Amino acid sequence: MAEQHIKLPEGSIEKTTTTLNLGPTHPATHGVMQNILELDGERIVSAEQTIGYIHRAFEKIAERRPLYQITPLTDRLNYCSSPINNMGWHLTCEKLLGVKTPKRVDYLRIIIMELARISDHLICNSIVGVDSGAYTGFLYVMQYRELIYEIYEEVCGSRLTTNIGRIGGFERNFNDIAFQKIQKFLDEYPRVLKEFENLFTRNRIFMERTIGAGAISAERALNYGFTGPNLRAAGVDYDVRVATPYSSYGDFQFNIPVGSTGDCYDRFLVRNQEMWESLSIIRQAFEKVQEFKGTEADIYHADVPEYYLPEKKDVYTKMEALIWHFKIIMGEIDMPAGEVYNSVEGANGELGFYLVSDGGRTPYRLHFRRPCFIYYQAYEELIKGAMLSDAIIVMSSLNLIAGEMDA
Amino acid sequence: MQLTSRAKPVDRKPMTWLERIYLWNIFKGMMITLSHLFKRKATIKYPEEKRSFSKVFRGLHILNRDEEGRERCTACGLCAVACPAEAITMEAAERQPGEENLYREEKYAAKYEINMLRCIFCGYCEEACPKDAIYLSQTFAPANYGRQGFIYKKTDLLIPDPKTDPEGYRKAKGEA
Repeated sequence: MAEQHIKLPEGSIEKTTTTLNLGPTHPATHGVMQNILELDGERIVSAEQTIGYIHRAFEKIAERRPLYQITPLTDRLNYCSSPINNMGWHLTCEKLLGVKTPKRVDYLRIIIMELARISDHLICNSIVGVDSGAYTGFLYVMQYRELIYEIYEEVCGSRLTTNIGRIGGFERNFNDIAFQKIQKFLDEYPRVLKEFENLFTRNRIFMERTIGAGAISAERALNYGFTGPNLRAAGVDYDVRVATPYSSYGDFQFNIPVGSTGDCYDRFLVRNQEMWESLSIIRQAFEKVQEFKGTEADIYHADVPEYYLPEKKDVYTKMEALIWHFKIIMGEIDMPAGEVYNSVEGANGELGFYLVSDGGRTPYRLHFRRPCFIYYQAYEELIKGAMLSDAIIVMSSLNLIAGEMDA
Repeated sequence: MQLTSRAKPVDRKPMTWLERIYLWNIFKGMMITLSHLFKRKATIKYPEEKRSFSKVFRGLHILNRDEEGRERCTACGLCAVACPAEAITMEAAERQPGEENLYREEKYAAKYEINMLRCIFCGYCEEACPKDAIYLSQTFAPANYGRQGFIYKKTDLLIPDPKTDPEGYRKAKGEA
């Protein structure tokens, strides 16, 4: 008998299922993650998730960086809402250092964080639309994400990897153009969101496509450690902004939208509703910011001379300021020893930062609690027994973002 | 599960017969698309037409000169320390007598390189500079045929001399 050239694995001739690699470079995965699906016809028999394709060792890099240099790393976690990551990191540092930020800084931060939440939910929901075959909504709302990016650009100078804010506040005060753009956004966005909802929410094709797909019970979701919109879609009204209010979220009135079944349709509705709530938070914060008068209206950072850089004109002329400038930039300030855990309500769920310091100049250990990583565990359970095309839509409605998954 | 008093269930009512027929939804969707036909275009024709950036936009770097055309950089290395991507390298040299018209301080950067492939445009170098020397400009999207070309030397980064090219200097400073 001639030698067999192709060596097949044992039992592969009798195998009745098909193996399909969904990812890491599949156009429908929106990021580098690999799902090895075992298909019986079009029905998913089993799935295996693989991570690590975009692992950049952020936690390790952070161990050799002064605190301020870790902010650009957090940009690259969930890049759809990097301001929330930046703010979460600053809040963690402030918790360790015991810095208290002025109210105006808190409100400005809330404006930026809620804008980021809107832009993230906008992307997620419109991508759910794209994956269920409706491309139009995606293009219409994209223009308004652009407006959000322009607001970032006015404040920090960048659009996607924002690196916005510093320990203690912002790098610069919001200028008039930024406030005008926020006002423009507040005026125009409700109409756009309404239009987006008109296109999707009560559309029969979209409803039938998403109802029942990827459903998870509240109990299973809690067991997996779900947080954020995905947990709220399952019916648990857990929101970090309400449970442990940070950055003066306690001053605002807003509701927590909750779903009941935890399927894709619920997640879509919860995210949509959250955008309305975010919009109302921005509006309240915007009004509160306008109320500051006199010198208070110019405060954009807390008084932390050890970590917040002195003003440039002082650096050029005053020795004391120049010394502090050098000390801060070179990371020569020892931070207090101890450990802190601080979490913010990221666009995707509870985004936590666990920072251990041994009193040195860099963190001894830093861990990011990335919600995407936790959702991805449940992916197999959510898609088992479903159709192949459901696997795609479940992935996008969980809002799995590879950058956040791998850190 | 109820944890707070703020929970607000989303509206998940079953489809009405009108929605089930779907014709109405087709009409509604088509009307939305149709209305967009008559709206102002959201796009711009990029290479010919450019949108203006904010004043603080973080684009490609420039090395600044003072009004007399002297290089401001004194090679203190603070930008290289602050760089999270470790993209900046420099070599310092001492100013010789007779070079006072070239360099502002007694020490200057003999070699100054930014690896644009490493750079993440975070803007920390600009923030770190105590000499008003490095700035992020509003230009972006560099293109090149090879990797070597992305390592920007001092000649690529320095802005024009105000004595020989006053117009270019003003433009680089963002005043023109």
